[in-house]
Amino acid sequence: MSSGPATLRMPLPGLLGRALAGGRGHGRGGLPLVERNARAYRHLWILLVAGTLEPLFYLLSVRIGLGALVGPVTGPGGRPVGYTEFVAPALLATSSMNGAVYDSTFSVFHKLKYAKVYDAALATPLGPGDVALGEITWALSRGLLYAVTFLLVLAALGLIHSAWLLVAVPASVLIGFAFAGVGMAATTYMRSWKDFDFVILATLPMFLFSTTFYPLSVYPRGLQIVVECTPLYQAVTLLRGFSLGVVGPAMLGSVAYLAVLGLAGVYVASRRIRRLLLK
Amino acid sequence: MTAQATRTAPAAAPGRGGARWSFAVREFRFWLTDYRRTWRGSVISSVLGPLLYLGALGAGLGSLVNRHAGGTLGVSYLTFIAPGMLAATAMQTAFGEALYPVLGSVKWVQNYFAAVASPLRPADVFRGHLLFVVLRLTMNCGVFLALIAAFGATRSPLAIASLPVAVLTGLAFAPALMAWAVTRTRDTSFSVLMRFVMVPLFLFSGTFFPVTRLPGWLQPVAYVSPLWHGVELCRTLSLGTTDLGGAAVHAAYLLALAAAGYAAALRTYARRLHE
Amino acid sequence: MGGAEILVRARGLTKRFGDFHAVVGIDFSISRGEAFGFLGPNGAGKSSTMRMIGCVSPPTSGELTILGLNPVTDGPAIRARLGVVPQENTLDLELTVRENLLVYGRYFGLPRAVIRERSAMLLDFVQLSDRAGDQVEPLSGGMKRRLVIARSLINEPDILLLDEPTTGLDPQARHIVWDRLFRLKQRGVTLILTTHYMDEAEQLCDRLVVMDGGRIAAEGSPRALIQRYSTPEVLELRFDPGDHEQAAEKLRGLPAERLEVLADRVLIYITNGDEALAAVRGLGLEPLTSLVRRSTLEDVFLQLTGRHLDD
Repeated sequence: MSSGPATLRMPLPGLLGRALAGGRGHGRGGLPLVERNARAYRHLWILLVAGTLEPLFYLLSVRIGLGALVGPVTGPGGRPVGYTEFVAPALLATSSMNGAVYDSTFSVFHKLKYAKVYDAALATPLGPGDVALGEITWALSRGLLYAVTFLLVLAALGLIHSAWLLVAVPASVLIGFAFAGVGMAATTYMRSWKDFDFVILATLPMFLFSTTFYPLSVYPRGLQIVVECTPLYQAVTLLRGFSLGVVGPAMLGSVAYLAVLGLAGVYVASRRIRRLLLK
Repeated sequence: MTAQATRTAPAAAPGRGGARWSFAVREFRFWLTDYRRTWRGSVISSVLGPLLYLGALGAGLGSLVNRHAGGTLGVSYLTFIAPGMLAATAMQTAFGEALYPVLGSVKWVQNYFAAVASPLRPADVFRGHLLFVVLRLTMNCGVFLALIAAFGATRSPLAIASLPVAVLTGLAFAPALMAWAVTRTRDTSFSVLMRFVMVPLFLFSGTFFPVTRLPGWLQPVAYVSPLWHGVELCRTLSLGTTDLGGAAVHAAYLLALAAAGYAAALRTYARRLHE
Repeated sequence: MGGAEILVRARGLTKRFGDFHAVVGIDFSISRGEAFGFLGPNGAGKSSTMRMIGCVSPPTSGELTILGLNPVTDGPAIRARLGVVPQENTLDLELTVRENLLVYGRYFGLPRAVIRERSAMLLDFVQLSDRAGDQVEPLSGGMKRRLVIARSLINEPDILLLDEPTTGLDPQARHIVWDRLFRLKQRGVTLILTTHYMDEAEQLCDRLVVMDGGRIAAEGSPRALIQRYSTPEVLELRFDPGDHEQAAEKLRGLPAERLEVLADRVLIYITNGDEALAAVRGLGLEPLTSLVRRSTLEDVFLQLTGRHLDD
């Protein structure tokens, strides 16, 4: 039962080290690049505020209006829950996904192809692995900010019913890691901005159909299986379980799914960055 | 564009009569040519996006709403949100067409400056681009309206009139946004505007639930929202419950915003392109 | 060179991209304190060589040692001691002038206090102190280039790599950059630069190699190269386009060391230009313009390859 946070923390550094073997520079990993991004965002802080507020607008709209139309729904474990309580963790999962995807796709592509941020970094002792790790770490820091803010608002609205919700913070970071890894790997294959339509094509349907707004039972069984395979569904399930205090060993599966996704993404991304920039 | 510039005979004095729009048409043709290259990508954001929302919320969430609160809305949830989504699509199209493309035209591609180096004046450039925005609004809203009608989410033949209403809703935003975008030098403020203005409007203008559910102090805010007027008008047309007086007020409000934005854009375009 | 420490040594260094041979088995050695140049037209293999020395491009074959280390296995350790001014500026437009130095210094793992102290000195050195808090984008091309030079010095490198340091700059901005690089050279910094400007190579380089088609065509100091591959003086003549061919034909009779007939000019390579001009007039030819000048590396390159540097 207490496996949640432990599994999150234990295997990641070791596996990451292996995923990045050979791509490392002087051993400080991606921290210098995180510092670079933090400085850049000092001029763009308003974007961070905007990103933090967006899921809160959705939450408020559910709380004020939509909730009353929908009424209680069947939550995890078959228990009826209020609609706002049902949607809130899914909105957090979605904003973790969106933030990580934005940072690892649009932003990374811009730095890779136009701003030449990585060309500059690779002229220093940093290696391609440091670059990948730095961008992922940055995406996670931002995810952490979003998650903490969101939970504070949930607390203020009196929507916190279980201490398990605290575990939702590291879980959100894991979700960010998974999407940042995949996003970054995908970005290294993008040829032009037009290819980013595929990013929207992947994230928008997930946001709308991965049980964000209604339980899985709405779908026929065939569709249920498709939905269950999406990473956002796994993310929503994880956060919904923690936020409603319905925690079980099945959640280990979601954790593993997301961790593997993220690791595979980082592995592919740092190999591809090496191929793209160290010709 | 410069090739076209040679075709029209030395037209009437600038700013008079028919020449005003014949010059604008040249700018419009530029955007049309540009669109032939890029239309595929825009299909995803402009048509598929709203359709996915409609599927997820109208059908998926709708099944819960209809069971729980079907009576309070009077119609199925899909029928309720479809016209609202139509107006929201118009707003989103306006944001999409009036911000980045305008800044790109002065900053990245600089095609506005190429245009004003020809006989075109800033006003022609603005009107030509606005014509193109109208075309995009008509296309996106037209496709969406056809789809919701095909799904049986409209109740009245009057629904056909919600197409011009949706375009008008888009026009309540587009000229004002263009007027502002042309003055910008960076695009940071665009995503701030979309998240602080467009998203709240999208969520709280009666598209997904009646504004009467908003707390009392928030309701007047909704009444200021151009999107709410668009949603109301589209919804009553779609359901066949329009009353002439109410419709006139909504339309007048939207028209007034469009006119104000138009006047503002004429000024800001002139200032930016002839400085 | 004497017994100076060798910092970079290449033997049979080769770089291929698929079927394209960018660098074909070149040999060179660069000593500490030297200003060493790769001179050649675009596509000669200069930038590929620089990227290999900068450890961001593994050699296809051959031997390359930098600071006694192997760039393939010791990349980070070597890069820690290099300063790089790449062909493209790669400045961070989302940061201010000072922040560009701070962040770059952090890439080297330097403590913030050290970076702060060094950036103040470096901004002073490249005359950008008054722009320290400004955004990078509005800076002029010359200022951006100077900022990149300041950035490349943040780790107090043993070797400074400069890929086309003044390409695209106006003459005044070029002279400011040259002046700063010359000062670095005076301080004993080892400079390795590529250029397709012969005047830049003559001003800055103690020694250079002329590259063409991925190979080294000649090596030596600018003065030695000119002595070996050209005459002390050159007489440049321009004729009316209609008479150009005929005049060139007649000039072949002159006792010159070499004659180059270009599309718009005739170049006569000779020890004494003024005497040659008198001889030209003696042949009854009246050029539209005539110019006697000293030989340059451009003439060396023309002699070696039959082409111009900016071709």
